[in-house]
Parts: sequence; structure tokens; C-alpha cells
Amino acid sequence: MANAPQLQVSDEIAIEISKMNKWYGTFHVLRDIDLTVYRGERIVIAGPSGSGKSTLIRCINRLEEHQQGRIMVDGTELSSDLKNIDKIRSEVGMVFQHFNLFPHLTILENCTLAPIWVRKTPKREAEETAMHFLEKVKIPEQANKYPGQLSGGQQQRVAIARSLCMKPRIMLFDEPTSALDPEMIKEVLDTMVSLAEEGMTMICVTHEMGFARQVANRVIFMDQGQIVEQNEPEEFFNNPKSPRTQLFLSQILGH
Amino acid sequence: MSDAHAHSIAFVRMETLPESPPPARQTGMPKWLRDNLFSGWANTLLTLVGIWAIYTILSGVLPWILNGVWNASSLTECREILAGQTGACFAVLKDRWHQLLFGFQYPSELYWRPILAFFMMLVAIAPVLFFDLPRKLLIFTALFPFIAYYLIWGGPLATPLVALAGCAAAYVVFDRYGKESFAAGFLGGVAVALVVWIIGGIVVGMVASETPWMTAVPSRDLGGFMLNMMLGVTCVSLSIPLGIVLALGRQSDMPLIKGICVVFIEFIRGVPLITLLFVASVMLAYFFPPDSTVDLFLRVVIMITMFSSAYIAEVIRGGLAALPKGQYEAADSLGLDYPQAMRLIILPQALKISIPGIVNVAVGLFKDTTLVSVISMFDLIGMIRGPILASTEWNGVYWELLGFAACLFFVVCYGISQYSQWLERRLATDHR
Repeated sequence: MANAPQLQVSDEIAIEISKMNKWYGTFHVLRDIDLTVYRGERIVIAGPSGSGKSTLIRCINRLEEHQQGRIMVDGTELSSDLKNIDKIRSEVGMVFQHFNLFPHLTILENCTLAPIWVRKTPKREAEETAMHFLEKVKIPEQANKYPGQLSGGQQQRVAIARSLCMKPRIMLFDEPTSALDPEMIKEVLDTMVSLAEEGMTMICVTHEMGFARQVANRVIFMDQGQIVEQNEPEEFFNNPKSPRTQLFLSQILGH
Repeated sequence: MSDAHAHSIAFVRMETLPESPPPARQTGMPKWLRDNLFSGWANTLLTLVGIWAIYTILSGVLPWILNGVWNASSLTECREILAGQTGACFAVLKDRWHQLLFGFQYPSELYWRPILAFFMMLVAIAPVLFFDLPRKLLIFTALFPFIAYYLIWGGPLATPLVALAGCAAAYVVFDRYGKESFAAGFLGGVAVALVVWIIGGIVVGMVASETPWMTAVPSRDLGGFMLNMMLGVTCVSLSIPLGIVLALGRQSDMPLIKGICVVFIEFIRGVPLITLLFVASVMLAYFFPPDSTVDLFLRVVIMITMFSSAYIAEVIRGGLAALPKGQYEAADSLGLDYPQAMRLIILPQALKISIPGIVNVAVGLFKDTTLVSVISMFDLIGMIRGPILASTEWNGVYWELLGFAACLFFVVCYGISQYSQWLERRLATDHR
């Protein structure tokens, strides 16, 4: 209803979540989540902390296990079958709040590790791909340094490049700019914008509402483990329907 | 007017201040002495007391060492040469040198075999310790256990060859099937190895022949520092992989594996090593088939390895726990499977954190090999306490012998410790 198909968005389904529920112990974190993501969509998930938005995208590559409902990624259902899980994970890139680069490996090794071991790409080819993506995130000159020698913004860009090296069909971003200094947020967002412009399917948990306006074709607002409202960004920001959304927006855009 | 200036907060700096050198201070020896040794009356007093203590110790020990007698055939002769003066009787080391190193039963015309094995060991562990060396050297490292066995124990060449063939067959099977299913590869490998060993054992029994310079030496003839080195090297190199497996097993989601590992670790850690050694020497025979004669050396190796692997497992578990959860998640999210994630991401980091703890256990284990003297194996300490001190010539030469033993162990343990510090610096890539 709300998501009128946009120009770049195809009608091929990338992710389909239906009636998904998740509990931590007895705490009901995700309640009846229904979400269909089409290929090429750029979705921003917003919401107060503890609303389950990170948990939702972590369920998509099974870093968290859901207890009820169904998640289909690229036509494969997520179940406890390890083969399926590894297959989906190699198709779905993930960028974390705290980068999670491997500190004992150089930047280049960080980027080539998964292609070499999971995709069985020859080392030389993997290195070429890695350098290509490092150039894209504008840090090829750091390739032989270790993550600890880079700034936070650079590390996050490496993390994005590392995910891209697997040539994923879907990218998940879990608050990619929340651990960064204000000066570095822009460089990471720029990278994400250029990625979006190339038609990557993206789901992004973030508090960067400027980014949401500029890039997203759909904004989802979550609260208390449920999807409260979703809409095109213009409508979402200018004309929020639910009082909970109105309150949230007034709080984060208010100052 | 001046008030207005004082309250003004607007300020603009147009150029950067030039760098200036640090203030000139006194440097050199006098300053160092004053800062470190004589900075106050209390420190001055402590310095003087320290100098007096060092003087007292050295004035006692130095004459004893420098005045030492190196050529004598018994303690009595030493005393005659010294004629009442202070002095050590190092002649015992010279006289019993071979016994201290090889024990008193190893045939003296075969000493070249353990010596050769020792130097080959240095070559074999080099690529393991220093990973900048060419990786091809690891082939020699893999062959070394079989070569060393053949050199030290001698006997028919077919025995180590059959052992090697079994291991090679197991490796081939694991390499072939381990990729699809780890369990299938592992169990298949073990089964194939057992088959090769059993068939090989029968064949060896029939064709056994030994060359004259490769005479078989039974385990009970091994002794001296050689025995300590053999036990130390074998048990450390076996207990690190076993410790890793136990640590990972203890973290497993599978209750059976986790349970086995927890019970093993907790049980072994709760029992004194001496007890385990007595079990090895006396009781372990009950667990083997009645007519099998499992070598005492092998039984001791099994017990010490079990003991130290339990400790190493706990050290590594600490390293695993110290890794941020994000590392596991990042490895998972890239699609690495469990063995890959462990081998490439988790273990390299966890082991690096665990280096001081592992080295601690390794050094302790190496020194604990002297406990085998209690179950009447004649290692370095066993030799000193037994055949040497009990002999009529050298009865009473405690300081020299035990001091020598201490020096030997210190050199090896200090070497291990220095290596581990070098390794930590070499692996420090996180720039924290």
C-alpha cells in the first residue's frame, strides 16, 4: 500500500519476512514482523533504542535465531540447516556498529579472506577485487596496514569494502555511524550513498535522518518490537501518521 | 578600560606557534644516580644495604666458583687439592658428564644418535617457532618424530616407517573426506591408520632385522637430561593441540562433547601430577590387554600430556573468552563455517592472548618432568639423587650437581620465556 514501486526498484522479492516472532527468554523482542523487501530497495529502519530494529536485521542473516514465522532470503528459507545459513550469509553482507574488522590481519587480508575461503576465489583475483573495492571506498593506500592503525571512519569503510568483496546481493547496515566521531560520519555515509546509487539492496538501521531522506525509498519506524509505520521518506518525515512516530521525530529532529 | 580587556573573550590566533626544544636539564650519569639511587635519605639507605647484600653474596660465591677443582676422580681427591680452602668440586660434572646427559645405561658407543636427534630437533622446531622461515621446512618437522624415534630407540627401520605410513594414510583419508564432513574424515582417518599399524605390526614382526649401528635401546635405558628434554618436547607439542581441542570442546553447543571435556579437565586438574605418574607406572597396565607391554615412557608421556593439556585448555578458554563477540559475528556474517572461523579468525587471536599462559604451563611442565625420578626413571635429578650421589666417589657433592641441574633447566626455561616475549612483540598488530 504505502510503498509505491519506484524507478530502480524491481518487483523481484529479495527478502520476505512473514509473521516472525522472537523472544529473549520471556521477553518478546519482535512481534509479528511482516516485511517484504524488493530487489534494489533502500530501506531505513528507525526507532528508539530497544525497539528491536538491530535484532530484526540480525535475524535476516541468522546472527539471531527467530522462534516463529518465516524468513526467506533470495528464495532460501532460513532454518537451522547450517548449509543454508552459510549460503545466505555469503550472499548477505553485514556492516556492524563496531566495525568488527579482524585486528590480526591487514586491510587487504581482511577483504580477501572470505572470498578465498568461502568462494574459493584464487588469491590473486581476490586481491584485485579487494583493491577495486578499497578504491571505491577511497582507501587503497591503506591496504597493507592493520585495522588498529586506521581511524574509525576508515575502519568502517574497510568493513563495507570487506562485505562488498563477497559480491553480496543484499547489504545490511547495523548503525554503521553510531560509533563514529561527527567528522567521520560523512565519509561513511558518502560511501553508502554511492552504493545505493548503484542499485544495491540495502537495509539500514540508523539514526541519520538526512541519509534516510536522501537515499531511502522506504522508512520503517519500529517501537516495542513491532513495525509501527512505514512510508516513503517525504511522507514519513513531513506527515507522520502515528502519534508514536510523531513524538520520535519531534525528539530527534527537534534541536 | 583595563576591565574591558580582561572581560573580552574574543581571540583569534593567526599563526601556529613555533616548536621549541624541551627545557635544558641535567642529563647523564650523575643525574641518573641521584634520581634512581640517592633521591632521599630512605632510598640512600636502601641503596647502601643493597650494595652490602650483593657484596656479601658475591664474596661468598665467587671464590667458591673461581677456586673450583675440575680435575679429580673423587670428592676426597678434590678436598686434598683444595687443602682446606673454599672451592667447588666441579670435577664431578666432568667425571659423570655422560651420565648426567644420557643416563647410566645408554650404550656409550651410541651417544651420537641422541646428539644427532637433538640437533635435528633444533632444525625441526625452527619453522614452527619462526614463521618467517620457508614453509617447506615443515615437511621435515612432520617427519622428525619418526626420525627421532628411530635414532633414540633404534631397532628395525620398519617400525617408524609403519608408524609414518599409518599417519600418512590417515592424512590422505582426512584430506579426501574431511572437507565434506569433518567427522567422516576424522573417524575414517583413525580407522585407516589403525589398519595400517596392525598389518604393519605383523609384517614388521616377521621381517624384523636391525643394522649393527642401530641397535635397539629399551626405554628403561634412557636417562639424564636427555630424558627430560624428550619428555618436555613430546608433551608440550602434544598437549598444545589437545588443549586447543579441549578448550573448543568446552565451548561447544553439543552437551555430550562439552560434558566430556568439562569432566576431563576438572578431573585431571584436581589430581596431583605425582598421582598420575604413579598411575602410569603401576596401575595403567590394568587398562591395557593383559599381554601387551605398553612402554613406560609412552605411559608417562600420556599422563603428563593429559595433565598439561587440561591446564592449557583452561588458559586458551580464557583467551577465547577475551575475544569480543563481534569477531565471532563478523566471521559468521561473512559465511565462514565453524572450522574456518576458528582456524582463521578466532584461534589466531585467542592463542595470541594466551601466549603468556601457555608458556607458563610449558615451562612448568618442562620442570615437572623431573618428577619422573620419583617413579624410578633416571632423569637428570634421578641420576643425581641415585647413581651419582650414591657412589662412593661422589657422595656429598650436592651444591655442584644440583646447581648444574638448576643451570640447565634455567637456560632452557629462560630461552622459552624470551622466545615468547619476542613472539608477543612480533604478533602485536592491534596497536592498542
